[in-house]
Amino acid sequence: MNQTGLEYCGLRKLDGPLFVIDGVCDVGYAEIVEITAPDGSPRIGQVLEVGRGMAVVQVFSGTTGLSTSGTRARFLGTGLEIPVSKEMLGRVFDGLGRPKDGLPEVLTSERRDVNGLPLNPYAREYPRDFIQTGISAIDLMNSIVRGQKLPIFSGNGLPHNRMAAQIARQARLLGKGDQPFAIVFAAMGVKYDVARFFIDSFERSGVSGNVTMFLSLADDPSVERLVTPRAALTFAEYLAFEQGMHVLVLLTDMTNYCEALREIATARGEIPSRKGYPGYLYSDLASIYERAGRVAGGAGSVTQMAILTMPSDDISHPVPDLTGYITEGQIVLNREMFQRGIYPPVAGLPSLSRLMKDGIGKGLTRDDHPHVASQLFACYSKVKEIRALASVIGEEELSPLDKLYMKFGEEFERRLVTQGEEENRSIEQSLDLGWELLKILPRAELYRLTEEELKERYDGVAV
Amino acid sequence: MNITGKIVRINGPIVEAEGMRAAGMLEVVEVGDLRLIGEIIRLKDDLATIQVYENTGGLKPGEPVAATGRPLSVALGPGLLGSIYDGIQRPLPAIMKHSGFYIRRGEKTVPLDAARKWPFTPLVKVGEVLKPGQVYAEVQETLAIKLRLPVPPDAEGRVAEIAPAGEYANSAVVLKLEPANGGAVREFTMVQVWPARKQRPSLGRVPMTQPMLTGLRIVDTFFPIAAGGTAAIPGGFGTGKTMTQHALAKWSSADVIVYIGCGERGNEMTDVLKQFPELIDPRTGRSMMERTVMIANTSNMPVAAREVSIYTGITIAEYFRDMGYNVAVMADSTSRWAEALRELSGRLEEMPADEGFPAYLPTRLAEFYERAGKVRTLNGDEASVSVVGAVSPPGGDFSEPVTQHTSRFIRCFWALDRDLANARHYPAISWLDSYSEYLPDITAWWLVRNPDWPAHRLALMELLQQENKLRRIARLVGPDALPPGQQLVLFTAELVKNAFLQQNSFDTVDMYCSPEKQTAMMRILVRFQERAQACVKAGGTVAEVRKIPCYEAVLRMKNNIANGEPAKFEELYKRMEADFEEMGK
Repeated sequence: MNQTGLEYCGLRKLDGPLFVIDGVCDVGYAEIVEITAPDGSPRIGQVLEVGRGMAVVQVFSGTTGLSTSGTRARFLGTGLEIPVSKEMLGRVFDGLGRPKDGLPEVLTSERRDVNGLPLNPYAREYPRDFIQTGISAIDLMNSIVRGQKLPIFSGNGLPHNRMAAQIARQARLLGKGDQPFAIVFAAMGVKYDVARFFIDSFERSGVSGNVTMFLSLADDPSVERLVTPRAALTFAEYLAFEQGMHVLVLLTDMTNYCEALREIATARGEIPSRKGYPGYLYSDLASIYERAGRVAGGAGSVTQMAILTMPSDDISHPVPDLTGYITEGQIVLNREMFQRGIYPPVAGLPSLSRLMKDGIGKGLTRDDHPHVASQLFACYSKVKEIRALASVIGEEELSPLDKLYMKFGEEFERRLVTQGEEENRSIEQSLDLGWELLKILPRAELYRLTEEELKERYDGVAV
Repeated sequence: MNITGKIVRINGPIVEAEGMRAAGMLEVVEVGDLRLIGEIIRLKDDLATIQVYENTGGLKPGEPVAATGRPLSVALGPGLLGSIYDGIQRPLPAIMKHSGFYIRRGEKTVPLDAARKWPFTPLVKVGEVLKPGQVYAEVQETLAIKLRLPVPPDAEGRVAEIAPAGEYANSAVVLKLEPANGGAVREFTMVQVWPARKQRPSLGRVPMTQPMLTGLRIVDTFFPIAAGGTAAIPGGFGTGKTMTQHALAKWSSADVIVYIGCGERGNEMTDVLKQFPELIDPRTGRSMMERTVMIANTSNMPVAAREVSIYTGITIAEYFRDMGYNVAVMADSTSRWAEALRELSGRLEEMPADEGFPAYLPTRLAEFYERAGKVRTLNGDEASVSVVGAVSPPGGDFSEPVTQHTSRFIRCFWALDRDLANARHYPAISWLDSYSEYLPDITAWWLVRNPDWPAHRLALMELLQQENKLRRIARLVGPDALPPGQQLVLFTAELVKNAFLQQNSFDTVDMYCSPEKQTAMMRILVRFQERAQACVKAGGTVAEVRKIPCYEAVLRMKNNIANGEPAKFEELYKRMEADFEEMGK
């Protein structure tokens, strides 16, 4: 226990996760507060506002059992910090960075503020190392690069966790030897089973020694979730930028995080904007998502994959909407495809990787990759149009060309998108599969491919 | 004047301090022991409300607040070009030298390098009387741009002393002016300081007659912007706002580009930073960076600095305008700026209007966009500031306040379309929802280059509109049930979309399209449509037209024929005519 500072006794007001305390002096904004409940149990809180001898404090572990007279508070004079050390790999922590696996505290003098500092845009290195995930729908159509932040937009009941676990298991860099890597996993408000699923998955693939978990599960106080992703990213940044490791950060589920933020904002009586979320939701999310990337001259990287469930599958809901504005693309899962038995049900058109263009092609993946991906997109979007038409006039009435497109669409979903949960395809395999599908269509339809590429791969004549 | 107050309350980026009775509105203050930079935005008795441009974590009530006696200002002088600043004009490379990868708090850096020397050539002699804004010297800052230093707009008088040609640092006095009414002699360095929130004066507006060419066909041909005009690019996420802004920043026919990354992604700014120095400006043959100033206040940087970043950017733009240059400002994204306003307004507990935005949002937007325009500068030149603002409507819904208010103050609307973006049709500018009110102003400019321009443009536009109507019917009955004439419309419109409207900004040939190439391409497409129509009327089918040998060459002419190869277009035109003759037989 930290023994610095005065301990104050008694509160003015308790309201939801917040309390107001009077008569304090020398208290800083965003300072951490150690609270002792009347029954002697310790809690942690943070100052949200100070002024004129008064401080507003949010309690991370909930205000249940606190009373206005018997509660004591001690202001620690620092922001919220977590210890960081390589020893933390393989361990499990709670949402505030305290051990949860029954093992002792981390022995290190290195501590970092969980809020981090903004990366200087000038110091960033533009990400362009292709990561092969072994999933065609991602590698071929929405390639990920090291240092990217690419979320999975999903819905309740869709297999986002299985997919994230598969990516974590299979992801590797092309053409480079083994490099130190780590996975940092942050769970916000998810069920114990979900956390267990990930733990099992990591154990099965033998990487759990490289995984650090920060778990704030569904039955933990919701306010704690505000700290969980920040604690995880602080540790990830330490590994990446100070230890030179490549870190994949999995954050699940960001919707729960945003709900916790809304809860606090409402408790403070702030003016709500869309759907009751605070007006600063964008800035707040950015302070999490922007903590990904590479730095000039640094060896490591932070790649972020946030999972969020879209309430009633609505992509225009503020959480996926604002996320999409910050992240570098999105992988959207589609319920209809899932129900037709397609795994992974990656929706072809709304999914996008913004950093793809610089991570693929000559010298990175294969020369024809950019054009093949673009052509597949164009054809698949045409398929969507033709399907809409077919649902009106009937498939029989379609022109012969349109029927070919229908066939292409079916094969695209059944053969290229669909794959097994343990199936790990190389980018070469994915590309060849793409060509196989394109050959269903007449040559003249493939206007996004160059003449040379068509000659080599469509006609089968090497140039 | 040395005013020092005391912090009494802290709420996020908003700090209240007492003992500030003598301080002025919008004055810059240094807050707390870390001396964080802030600005006074409200005064009540001796209580000042301050918005702080840096993270306020750890500040305590009782810490000092020092007033600086000046409003938030921008330093203007040699050294701006090629720089990258944060929202309050702190150079990011200097910050990196100081504190590494991260931006720490309380950083104090000078915006313009004080030590570096610049080649200075005086244009006036001792004894001459200078007016405000008159150009008195030249500095070859980069090989692409020569600075023409104007007398600060608030100064005038007889030249008492002017430095001879030579190399000077920004700290050196190069000009002394004796006011006409006999006041004290004023000394000037090459740097002048101007309040960010105040428009720089000019002699008045002049009509806009020149287009600002962008090299994007859909913009230049269909929805052109005039030099000095304003445009908005609204679009949901993933529709290509930033990519369009990048393309405009690269290829716009402006002399100087000010690129404001306001609340956007860090990696995107890095992309610009890495790309621009390698890109060659087709007009000057020099690196793009030599004509670019960048302001990067990414989404995770303090929100108050985001609010001020667009003013910092446009003040820099006006400074170059005052030298007689045409300047283009790209602001990406104004929605993030509006959100910064909303956040600060919420912390100030102001009464909200639409969706929590403050009631003064439209006023602020209007003030910003009105700083664009083509003017007669104080020096007597014609020069312009064009503004292109990206708008990020939540959920891609254009009825939200920022898009709605913005569309009242701009005259060029490039609506990005989700369906086009999903089909990877870039630039995803919708030809149905976009508009440009500058068309009448700049038609004359195009007429000189191609007398058929308005007719060709209209023909293609009509074709696209027609196709939109027919597509609705085709969706119900199937395209094959339409009469051949209408099937042909669908076919040729598809050709126009793929061959003309779609443009690949990564293809070295296609990324920039000169006005000559645009008119040549239009001519071929219009002629193709005419001939095909004649064929179908004479009893041919669309399937036959589709098989015409030159079809693929027309489809790929954007990639296969470079700018400045008119002969090849002529050849293609002749080939097409011959093919149709052949088919007619």
